[in-house]
Amino acid sequence: MLLSKVKRSLTAVAGFALLGNAGGAAADYALNLRQGVTSISREAYDLHMLILWICVAIGAVVFTAMFISIFNHRKSKGAQPAQFHESTTVEIIWTIVPFLILIGIAIPATKALVAMEDTSNSDLSIKVTGYQWKWGYDYLDNGVSFISTLTTPREQIENQQDKGLNYLLEVDNPVVVPVDKKVRLLITANDVIHSWWVPDFGMKKDAIPGFVNEMWFRVEEEGTYRGQCAELCGKDHGFMPIVVIAKNEADYQQWVTDQKSQMDAASAGADRDWAMAELMERGEKAYNTSCGACHQANGEGVPGAFPGLKGSAIATGAKDAHVAIVMNGKPGTAMAGFAAQLNDIDLAALITYERNAWGNNTGDLVQPSEIKAAR
Amino acid sequence: MSTAATTHDAHHEEHPKGLLRWVYTTNHKDIGTLYLIFALTMFFIGGAMAMVIRAELFQPGLQFVDPQFFNSMTTMHALIMVFGAVMPAFVGLANWLIPMMIGAPDMALPRMNNWSFWILPFAGIMLVGTLFMDGGAPAGGWTMYPPLVLQTGDAFPFLIFSVHLLGISSIMGAINIIVTIMNMRAPGMTMMKMPLFVWTWLITAYLLIAVMPVFAGAVTMLLTDRFFDTSFFNAAGGGDPVMFQHIFWFFGHPEVYIMILPAFGVISAIIPTFARKPLFGYSSMVYATASIAFLSFIVWAHHMFTVGMPLTGELFFMYATMLIAVPTGVKVFNWVSTMWKGSMTFETPMLFAIGFVMMFTIGGFSGLMMSITPVDFQYHDTYFIVAHFHYVLVTGSVFSIFAAVYYWLPKWTGNMYDERLGKLHFWLSTIFVNVLFFPQHFLGLAGMPRRIPDYSTQFTGFNEISSIGGFAFGLTQLLFVYIVVKTVRGGSKATDQVWEGAHGLEWTLASPPPYHSFTTAPEVK
Repeated sequence: MLLSKVKRSLTAVAGFALLGNAGGAAADYALNLRQGVTSISREAYDLHMLILWICVAIGAVVFTAMFISIFNHRKSKGAQPAQFHESTTVEIIWTIVPFLILIGIAIPATKALVAMEDTSNSDLSIKVTGYQWKWGYDYLDNGVSFISTLTTPREQIENQQDKGLNYLLEVDNPVVVPVDKKVRLLITANDVIHSWWVPDFGMKKDAIPGFVNEMWFRVEEEGTYRGQCAELCGKDHGFMPIVVIAKNEADYQQWVTDQKSQMDAASAGADRDWAMAELMERGEKAYNTSCGACHQANGEGVPGAFPGLKGSAIATGAKDAHVAIVMNGKPGTAMAGFAAQLNDIDLAALITYERNAWGNNTGDLVQPSEIKAAR
Repeated sequence: MSTAATTHDAHHEEHPKGLLRWVYTTNHKDIGTLYLIFALTMFFIGGAMAMVIRAELFQPGLQFVDPQFFNSMTTMHALIMVFGAVMPAFVGLANWLIPMMIGAPDMALPRMNNWSFWILPFAGIMLVGTLFMDGGAPAGGWTMYPPLVLQTGDAFPFLIFSVHLLGISSIMGAINIIVTIMNMRAPGMTMMKMPLFVWTWLITAYLLIAVMPVFAGAVTMLLTDRFFDTSFFNAAGGGDPVMFQHIFWFFGHPEVYIMILPAFGVISAIIPTFARKPLFGYSSMVYATASIAFLSFIVWAHHMFTVGMPLTGELFFMYATMLIAVPTGVKVFNWVSTMWKGSMTFETPMLFAIGFVMMFTIGGFSGLMMSITPVDFQYHDTYFIVAHFHYVLVTGSVFSIFAAVYYWLPKWTGNMYDERLGKLHFWLSTIFVNVLFFPQHFLGLAGMPRRIPDYSTQFTGFNEISSIGGFAFGLTQLLFVYIVVKTVRGGSKATDQVWEGAHGLEWTLASPPPYHSFTTAPEVK
């Protein structure tokens, strides 16, 4: 085990020496920023290369001078120390020249920045909400709305299964956008600060609770683009990826239609009474996507950090209080309110599940109609 | 000198022995030693946490720790290295060196000096103690951004109080340094004749006094938000979470210069000694340091380009940040010019100083790259940033501290260190620190975010290399401890001058120097 790890690492070191020869199957040795698929990302890439080469050039001059000095002006070669210790001319030159170089960089940088911050005349607006630890998307133009969570199985993360191709960068509900359309994101958060970032789009923006930030992109190629939350947001910060699929206009419209019918199906039956078995089945699913990350699949929580629900006062006590805390959260703690994220059926199901799973056995049923009344 | 004065001095020599000597000491050298030992201890505690981080990141998947504990490790590693290792190490150097460099018997405020040190172990224990509290150690990042930091468990108030204590200690240390430099210079030592280490520390001390109270205020607002229902940083109550970031970085940016300006002073002392040539551009070095200190107050928002500032704000902070390259460049050019046409030898302090100039410059280049706002949107919160600040903090600040210890240790102890081992320490450190941090540039550019316990498999290769470098760099530092202990215990005797090319008042004292450095003020011509 250890030996094979060491061996693999040695291969990795060898690969590094060959400057980016592809190592393992999935591990690559990308060295540079990617150019991406938007005008913004290409401008960022070009500026990055410009400044990189300027740094390389300055570094080459400075380090060459230093190494010439190190090799030639050494005592062992009998070098006698000169005694000069200032030169106003030289000092003025090396203050002015860098200043001029900086102005040369600042001009294209300013142009790029002005373009990046111009969110006007967008074709489509999507509200993005960061939650611990998933993303919510609301299409403001057509009412499509969903939550996007990580689908990488726990077994892969815990090394009981081989890791898939898109390990940690795969979600249940990807964002779908049309190509060649200016998409404006309105970014906010529900609990703590997150940051929405797809490297191929060349831009990231913080999602801040109580404030709405804007950013835009126009994807030029159809394809699937992956990113991650970029601002530390708690325990599962590394586990809330972003997947965007860019489709042509016709496929995008088809997707919108499909999404709408799915949403209708998901909220179908909100008015009828549900049986225990149905609620428990749907509740387990809802619990695992929305609650399991903290309270754990076994309901025991994480001692000290996240309370267990197994036998807890809330899950086995008064039903109303339980509904209230799930819907509205508990201020000052990591417990978020789920009223905005989940529909009536899912809320009813997961509360029913919490009250009857893991030996809680209260026998209580919570119906979607009760949630509707509590809203 | 009168007989009365002599008796008075003799009386001072009777200090307690054993442990109490260290508890009661008001002597600048004893306190300097305490600071340095404290810093070294914290360096290893913080380093052990870095080893946990690198072990977990060696492979994708979760192997050793759970994500919450991983976040605690990154948070605590940063807090301990910044406030426990680097800052106290520089204060320790200041204590040891400033009185000897300006021709004074001791620091101006010796009792406060004792107090400012003895706060530290308590603050340190409180901070490390949070690891054992309900809810675990702070895990919201060393930047303590709300609302996330408000989710910290029982550790939260202890985190805030330890920050308060560390701040009080820093402020007292800074006051002491300013008062000492302003009042206790030997006759003839005008401001523009002070060694650069004294100059850089003077400017650093003003930075500390300016920003530590701001930091204390910000964390106190966190405390009242959590316990007294205020809403400074809570949008639902009319506050603003981004305001914390503005206040934090108004402290935080000068703070990064607090950790590098004294390093500039150290390097400016070492390079002329081993080049046997006076420092090139002394006065421009002083002005460059002062300019960097001034600029440090008007660039803070470059740490937060992605929070959604107005365009004009982003432009201002971009331009101001780019400007820092000018005085920093002046410094690097001056160091290289000092070496130029010198008569160089390469003892361990010089090796570390040259390593500093090269690798700090690499960190400076990546810093310049980040100042370009439209590209920073890509770099921000990735491993590119992690690589950048470790180049300036590890191969910058920490390397300068190593250089300083090797340079002045013979003066402090009267014994020469083992040159062969010192060079070995330099080469191992330099090789492995680059194996550790250079690939992190590539990881960041490829899109790996910071502060994640697990990563997509495309990042595996460089993470493995980085971890191997990390373990080797960590182990190498045990060699440093061995070298220092060995030198303290014995070794070939150092002369008073120690280094052939050394200039400055500290080299006119015996090695080791007398208890009260200069009992008679020397005349500086």
